[in-house]
Amino acid sequence: MQYLLMIYGDEKAMASVTEAQGGQMLAAYSAYAEAMGKAGVLQGGNRLRPTAASTTVRVANGKTTVLDGPYVETKEQMGGYFLIDVDNLDAALSWAERCPGASTGVVEVRPIWAM
Amino acid sequence: MAVTGDPVRQATEAVARDSYGKLIAFLVARTGDMAGAEDALSDAFAAALADWPVSGIPDNPRGWLATVARRKQLDQFRRRRTRRDASDHLALLAQELTAVRPETSLVADERLALMFVCAHPAIDAGIRAPLMLRTVLGLDTPAIASAFLVAPATMGQRLVRAQSRIKVAGIPFRVPEAAELRGRLEDVLDAIYAAFAAGWSDPAGTEVRRRDLAAEAIWLGRLIVSLLPNEPEAAGVLALMLYAEARRATRRGTHGEYVSLADQDPSAWDHAMIGQAETLLRRAGAMGATGRFQLEAAIQSAHVVRRQTGRSDWVAIERLYAALESMTDSPVVTINRAVAIAETLGADAGLAVLDLVAGDKRVADYQPYWAARAGVLARAGDFAAADDAYRRAIGLEADPAVRQFLMRRQAEAASRASD
Repeated sequence: MQYLLMIYGDEKAMASVTEAQGGQMLAAYSAYAEAMGKAGVLQGGNRLRPTAASTTVRVANGKTTVLDGPYVETKEQMGGYFLIDVDNLDAALSWAERCPGASTGVVEVRPIWAM
Repeated sequence: MAVTGDPVRQATEAVARDSYGKLIAFLVARTGDMAGAEDALSDAFAAALADWPVSGIPDNPRGWLATVARRKQLDQFRRRRTRRDASDHLALLAQELTAVRPETSLVADERLALMFVCAHPAIDAGIRAPLMLRTVLGLDTPAIASAFLVAPATMGQRLVRAQSRIKVAGIPFRVPEAAELRGRLEDVLDAIYAAFAAGWSDPAGTEVRRRDLAAEAIWLGRLIVSLLPNEPEAAGVLALMLYAEARRATRRGTHGEYVSLADQDPSAWDHAMIGQAETLLRRAGAMGATGRFQLEAAIQSAHVVRRQTGRSDWVAIERLYAALESMTDSPVVTINRAVAIAETLGADAGLAVLDLVAGDKRVADYQPYWAARAGVLARAGDFAAADDAYRRAIGLEADPAVRQFLMRRQAEAASRASD
């Protein structure tokens, strides 16, 4: 089954980390992604720019509204994701708990709706 | 449905009782679809009620039901897959169906995996016990709903949501590996104990359904002990349930009045059941890993020694509560330890321990705290304060029999206070 691991964290806190901390985090993420790749489960993943760079679009009654900012303002924001393919939820959860973001924020595990 | 003779109905009921969980496990193991498995099995039972009066009860009723239910599952699968070319998968399924020999494939008991699915951490903790009762034992929704004091429609919705979640989220049908088994087993045992507690909370035994639920939970406990004989906490939870069940009849007097543990007549306890509990607890103790359920069972054991000595072993009880306290952060445990200390070291020492939790927000509306405090205060001779605490406890109690008991105690304290 395919699962999307959505990594949530406080992007304000993230913006104020030192260079050394940032380097460490990057190294942790790259090791994590490499491990998933070697295990043959990784199908994709990316880091997202902070929500300040977000733009929200809605079309209602034929009129398009474009808003500056994220759809919902939350204390923690989605900062990245991984798409994995594993046997079942237990396997997905065990990958999620190894994600560096799980110790600084939360990782939401959501099954992909197979078409 | 055809008119059925009693022997046929009895035979199907007997199979249902003995092997519902086994059959569901057998069906879910192959598809991961719990709701579909239930539908297929209930179709198979309906087919049995129609067929058996005509053709006779088969030699292997369970195998018969398994085969028919498997075919129903295949039908479900066909219907669902019409829009897609799934011929490979279908061919495979058909092959398996013709090759399947239910009597041999059912030898492996898959109910353990089924219990781990029901108590999976991704399932809401509150629905785990109902889900287990439904899928492992085949209890119907109204029975489960009434035991958990929920409207049948609400319970039905929750069960359906949980079942669909198992399939959609991809919760695997498997027994966890050794490394995670103990942690996951805790959730299974908690769910079994929650089912027992739901049955136990009807002390008057007026609601047959809830009384039966305690028996069903004990049945689940026996099942898990037989499937995991080397897990001490499994034996612990079964022992705990048996100790409690053994005293069921003595919790109420002849007129339905509440009888506290201290006032229960030990000769009226179920001694055979206590014997089973003691054996289980000893066996669990020999396995070397202590846990919450073993400690709670051991406390029960220290209470039932009153059968021989005429007095609970309060020293042991105090020590066991202290061990439990280090394991949980529960004011309930501290309250119980305080009561034990009042017995071993005197009322003032007990009161000092109660004061430790007096500031905890959780005890402000917790009846047992106020009842315990009132009891200890009365022992200490502070009847005016005991009177106040009893009033508080009375105001927090929902069970009329317990309320009456507390009111008797309060009247005593009030009259001694004015002496």
